[in-house]
Amino acid sequence: MSNTFIVQLYVFVLAAFVGYQVITRVPPLLHTPLMSATNAISGISLVGSIVAAGGKFGTVATVLGFIAVVCATTNVVGGFLITDRMLRMFKRDDGRAKRDEEKAPAKAGVGAGAGTP
Amino acid sequence: MIREYFIQAVYLAASVLFILGLKSLTSPDRAQRGMQQAAVGMLLAVVGTLVHQDIITYGWIAGGLLLGTAIGYPLGMFVPMTAMPQRIAFSHMFGALAATLVGVAEYHHGSHGVVRGLLALLPGAAAEIGRPKMAALGFEVLFGALTVTGSFMAFGKLQGFITGRPVTYRGQNVMNLALFAAAVGGLLYLVYDPSSAVVFYGMIVVALAIGVLMVLPIGGADMPVVVSLLNSYAGLAASATGFAIGNNVLIICGALDGASGFLLSVLMSKAMNRSFTNVLFGAFGGETAAASGGKSAAGLTVQSVTPEDAALRLAYARSVIIVPGYGMAVAQSQHQVRELAELIEKKGGEVKYAIHPVAGRMPGHMNVLLAEANVPYDRLYDMEEINDQFEQADVALVIGANDVVNPAARTDPSSPIYGMPILNADRARSVIVLKRSMASGFAGIENELFYDGKTSMLFGDAKKSLTQLVSEVKNV
Repeated sequence: MSNTFIVQLYVFVLAAFVGYQVITRVPPLLHTPLMSATNAISGISLVGSIVAAGGKFGTVATVLGFIAVVCATTNVVGGFLITDRMLRMFKRDDGRAKRDEEKAPAKAGVGAGAGTP
Repeated sequence: MIREYFIQAVYLAASVLFILGLKSLTSPDRAQRGMQQAAVGMLLAVVGTLVHQDIITYGWIAGGLLLGTAIGYPLGMFVPMTAMPQRIAFSHMFGALAATLVGVAEYHHGSHGVVRGLLALLPGAAAEIGRPKMAALGFEVLFGALTVTGSFMAFGKLQGFITGRPVTYRGQNVMNLALFAAAVGGLLYLVYDPSSAVVFYGMIVVALAIGVLMVLPIGGADMPVVVSLLNSYAGLAASATGFAIGNNVLIICGALDGASGFLLSVLMSKAMNRSFTNVLFGAFGGETAAASGGKSAAGLTVQSVTPEDAALRLAYARSVIIVPGYGMAVAQSQHQVRELAELIEKKGGEVKYAIHPVAGRMPGHMNVLLAEANVPYDRLYDMEEINDQFEQADVALVIGANDVVNPAARTDPSSPIYGMPILNADRARSVIVLKRSMASGFAGIENELFYDGKTSMLFGDAKKSLTQLVSEVKNV
């Protein structure tokens, strides 16, 4: 039993280190999606709630588990959706410039095509 | 036991995808794809769990998943970017609630589960829950409960139905510390004697109270720190859940979430040059702050300017640096800002945006608003990157920002914001400030930038002023 606990502690410490390394490299530009992403990911507690709501552990656990499933699923679905929505908005300028370029030769092409009988 | 291995393999895959997903957030170009992969990981983990042998009925589970999706979908798709801080606080509340409920269910199961009859009367027999697990459970519900109410308070303050002014009363800090000590004491007692349900549930009640009372004295503009901190606590509660139910993915995700939130709060505090304890316990931004320092405005005048004159200056400027602040968010004027910037660029000027780390009500607030308005992100600059460029800027356009451009932070040791890193808007060749009125900002002090000779004030709602500027610049 205590061996499992030690291993879990190792996992926690290593994960915290990885977290530190990864997150210090996220630019301030993306701090808001970072918050919604980490929140969505922590919705993994859903897997615990699912087991609790599975009925094997009595009525109290099932009901509490049900509410927890609702909350965790809300976070997962909402969190990933909103993170995706936010990340989609971040574009560089060459996106705009490229679109303008594409419009211009297309117009020229149409004009030239129509002009040559 | 193939089922067990399958589930563990799926969890492992999910963990890897989550870490890679967060890593992809280091680059805006890779981020979207990376997070979609993380979502796949989540889906795998949930599906994998459904074959767990401890599940008897799927009815409640299916119902919960459906209801959760029904609530989560609109929250994800339809909440506008201007309500993002509130939404983030709200999701922290839900996440912490899930962790707390699992903890209560686990404790309830552990202490009532198989012990029957006379056995229940034997001392220590109800201690089905081992000490390490009890410690994890206790930690989980303690942090979970206080994050639930704390996040709700933050949500209320951001949404506006709870006052944004810090609410203080005498002996407040002492009482909060006493409550916290009581909760920790309860936790320690529970580790010693896991069977005392009274202490367990009592600790939760105390934790709920702590959440409310801790956030009550924190003012609106300090919310970036509070929101990040609650993010961290929700993660720690999730991690503790992982310890309690023996789920490694949870431990990992909780650690990542906790680290992220903690790092962000430290960053926010540093950017305000105030220590953690000052933010949490200092009741910053109340009337006391105004009384203690800062220059008075007696005898000083401001130059106000019309949209036509301001438009002339902007149209002929070679380089403009825009400083957005919370006022821009309140006026929901980010689209007009982008329109104006595009017009200036068409006339040959160069437009950059200077983003102060704590501008707004949450980390990255301004970035998200401007991205939503289709401002290309390579125009957005951090404070360190752009502070030296203010001297070469023809115009610094300050939109609804106040304390982040207040020179008193550099020059006046008696000012409450002294020492806070600020944007050097006062070093630009000229300054135009869009503001509703001469009312003071969050810190409750005067801003000498407004009284400077090269500063012109354009009074009015930011959206209206910007729309006028846009039409005027078009005519130039």
